[in-house]
Amino acid sequence: MSEPLSFELSRPGAQPPRLPEADLASPGPADILPAGMLRSNPPGLPRLSEPEIMRHYSRMASLNYSISEQFYPLGSCTMKYNPVANEAAASLPGFAALHPYQDEDTVQGALELMWRLERALCAIVGVDRVTLQPAAGAHGEWTALRMIQAYQRSRGEVRTEVLVPDSAHGTNPASAALSGFHVVEVKSGADGRLHLADLESKLSPRTAALMLTNPNTLGLFEREILDIAQLVHSAGAMLYYDGANLNAFMGICRPGDMGFDAVHMNLHKTFTTPHGGGGPGAGPVGVKAELVPFLPAPTVERTNGHLTLDFKRPRSIGRVRSFYGNFGMLVRAYTYIVAMGGDGLTQASKDAVLSANYLRKQIEGELEMPHEGPCMHEFVASARNLSHQGVRALDIAKALLDRDFYAPTIYFPLVVPEAIMVEPTETESKATLDAFAKAIKEIVAEARSNPQALHDEPKNLPVGRLDDVAAARHINSYLQGLSEDPVLRWKASV
Amino acid sequence: MPYLVHSPEERTEMLDAIGVKSMDELLVDIPRSLRIKELELPAGLSEFETMAQITALAARNRVFPDRLTFRGGGVYRRFIPAAVAAVTSKPEFYTAYTPYQPEASQGTLQAIYEFQTMIAELTALDVANASLYDGATAVAEAAMMAHIQTERTEVLVAGYLHPEYLEVLRAFSEGRGIKIRKGSEPSSKTAAVVFQQPDFLGLLTDAEALTEAAHRVGALAITCVDPISLAILKPPGEYRADIAVGEGQQLGLQPSYGGPHVGFIACRKELVRRLPGRLVGAAHDAAGRRGFVLALAAREQHIRREKATSNICTNHSLCALAASVYMTYMGPEGLRQIAEVSFRRAHSLAKRLAELPGWELAFPDRQFLNEFPVRVPKAPAMIRKLSRKGILGPLDVHRWFRELKGVVTFTCTEVNDPGAMDELLAVLES
Repeated sequence: MSEPLSFELSRPGAQPPRLPEADLASPGPADILPAGMLRSNPPGLPRLSEPEIMRHYSRMASLNYSISEQFYPLGSCTMKYNPVANEAAASLPGFAALHPYQDEDTVQGALELMWRLERALCAIVGVDRVTLQPAAGAHGEWTALRMIQAYQRSRGEVRTEVLVPDSAHGTNPASAALSGFHVVEVKSGADGRLHLADLESKLSPRTAALMLTNPNTLGLFEREILDIAQLVHSAGAMLYYDGANLNAFMGICRPGDMGFDAVHMNLHKTFTTPHGGGGPGAGPVGVKAELVPFLPAPTVERTNGHLTLDFKRPRSIGRVRSFYGNFGMLVRAYTYIVAMGGDGLTQASKDAVLSANYLRKQIEGELEMPHEGPCMHEFVASARNLSHQGVRALDIAKALLDRDFYAPTIYFPLVVPEAIMVEPTETESKATLDAFAKAIKEIVAEARSNPQALHDEPKNLPVGRLDDVAAARHINSYLQGLSEDPVLRWKASV
Repeated sequence: MPYLVHSPEERTEMLDAIGVKSMDELLVDIPRSLRIKELELPAGLSEFETMAQITALAARNRVFPDRLTFRGGGVYRRFIPAAVAAVTSKPEFYTAYTPYQPEASQGTLQAIYEFQTMIAELTALDVANASLYDGATAVAEAAMMAHIQTERTEVLVAGYLHPEYLEVLRAFSEGRGIKIRKGSEPSSKTAAVVFQQPDFLGLLTDAEALTEAAHRVGALAITCVDPISLAILKPPGEYRADIAVGEGQQLGLQPSYGGPHVGFIACRKELVRRLPGRLVGAAHDAAGRRGFVLALAAREQHIRREKATSNICTNHSLCALAASVYMTYMGPEGLRQIAEVSFRRAHSLAKRLAELPGWELAFPDRQFLNEFPVRVPKAPAMIRKLSRKGILGPLDVHRWFRELKGVVTFTCTEVNDPGAMDELLAVLES
């Protein structure tokens, strides 16, 4: 099963779509603009009729796994069901058709939604204000670090280092570096939690912040979080919360109470906005009072029921994206929060923790569990026990694909060899969890009896394992001028 | 409760299987002092009640008809073929994750590969990436590429760049110690010359001259383009720009109060390793079948961590898919017709507006496509008057530029039929 590229399906004679005519007498570009400004060759877009286009995309859709059809136990990604009511809400013309430069009086409903969403997020994570501007998680991380940097500079402090645990997401050090910080790694202890002595030895007057997620990427709650917060604060640094794992404890505890000064959230994880095959997401950031003056502008303000955008924020870090963020995603997340309510969100987190522990228990005899439980909303297993059969985490992942499951996150966090990171979420039934555990058992049995078979998987998908090493080599040849094939795009001649 | 699946009995069964008596035993690692009683949020609602609340909020916004919208400034009303939503609302696309497992993500990967090819074709540059958040962050990411490539610390912004793009560029630059200067004369310290074509006011810039000026001092030329304009205008690759970026909202995306939309970035071959974000490439399996994979991941944060070219992880894949469907639907001829119709209508409107008493084109010597600045006697009152008559009038750009007092920009596209222009003129003349 495969689908040709639209460029390969393109026919020179295909009729262009019927579109409006100008319907008035007025000169065209060629009559007015200098010839040197005009395009001489039309862009090489495909030429296809609508029926062909629709079939093309439908066939491509059928090549995808998605949360609508498969279980996605993708650790750290919180792949839960995306409520269809959210989609209906975002496509209401009262939201979808709004121009961002409409006058405030004509967008009171949109501003009210943003204001209410901000209040709800404040309540959930325990902060004073939230910016809804960042477009994604990494964008939120960077926004938070910029605020911390601006706050410290405003106090005349020169702090140049950001501490990041060795188990952290790759975006953490990257976001720190983009803000001009030097990244210092803090080690995890044998129990999978942050090593306090190592943290202490790395804190200094140079430290701007510690970036931490809790529960950490191993799915373990940092029991000593209050001591960690105290250490960080007494060094004059700030504590940043990576919201990737917020789904573990809504209604149970709050990052703000743990001592976090800035908290980012992923609406596309915890608050069910769809992942879209890699975005758009939304990465709001919540802050405690001392960081509020530094929030990106504009903020949404409400006085006597009237809503306004406040652009006059002299100490703001400025603007981190155009307009007011991914508004359509804000509508979806708010719709979800209203439907779930405080009680529903709390139960969602409890179910997420319950499901993770249940699934962990079901497969603990099959794969190694490097850390003691209980876990929170996810756990990390290791395929190290199969290494003498020559079977790796990658093989388990591909074998799961063949059994109609998406694969867990593998080789992350980096601190666990052959890591298999599983996050079932609260929207998967016990029957699905049982079926997944059964698949793991079968795969492990196959690893012991016939490991070669696993190396050949997946067999039931549109393509087998793709040779990305050869692809990288071909890209290199192109970049060095040794080949005409760009590999990164289609070209008629190759 | 909506969207939750376990029954109370199943919860008990699962606790039993784990070997604990209660949920609390699973939460033992959370210090007692941190536990909260409950969330300070209202209780959940039925879907019916939820949607009633949300619909009531939507009803508090005023929707102006497409044909009576003459405001642009970076977000435009365009005809969106039904095919776009029909594709992007397929759950196989919108509920999929970033394509980490290529064998199970060929639909998404192929769609991105087609998007990359179309953007490269449109800009006449070698390679485009899988998309970025928006036009503003695309400008900022391009400037960061130039900073790394040239090891220089000044970015020169020429002409009227979208003011919000400039603000985002400043915010990105601040942390890295990059200086933003406005002007059109680069120096040996300049990493890049950034300009918008057409600019924020809709005016055409001498892109070739700015590109040459950049190259003379060893700086890169970064052009921020309107994708639809490229059906008419000479593409960036042909005037030797190094990086082209832009906002793709016009390619089939709703205004949606400013987002989500999609940024794009394309560059010359020599800069490909500096590109931020995802790139999809073609690869083959053992049986020789072609498929698509995430390529050159060694630039990215999950491999390179603090040495990555950018921290971007998510792109705007679904919006890029919408843009791909739109561009495929239009084809080269359709895109050109859209651009031409908008051009003709805008020029007709400009002529009529300039004849109103006290009105004049703000830059009569400059060329434009379908957005243009007009100097008017009483901008705010005129805009309010139009609004009362159901027309979303022009954008008052004085808000951002002190020197442009009384200047507003009008936008015209294929959705503003001649009858709509007559209605606009009738209100202005009354």
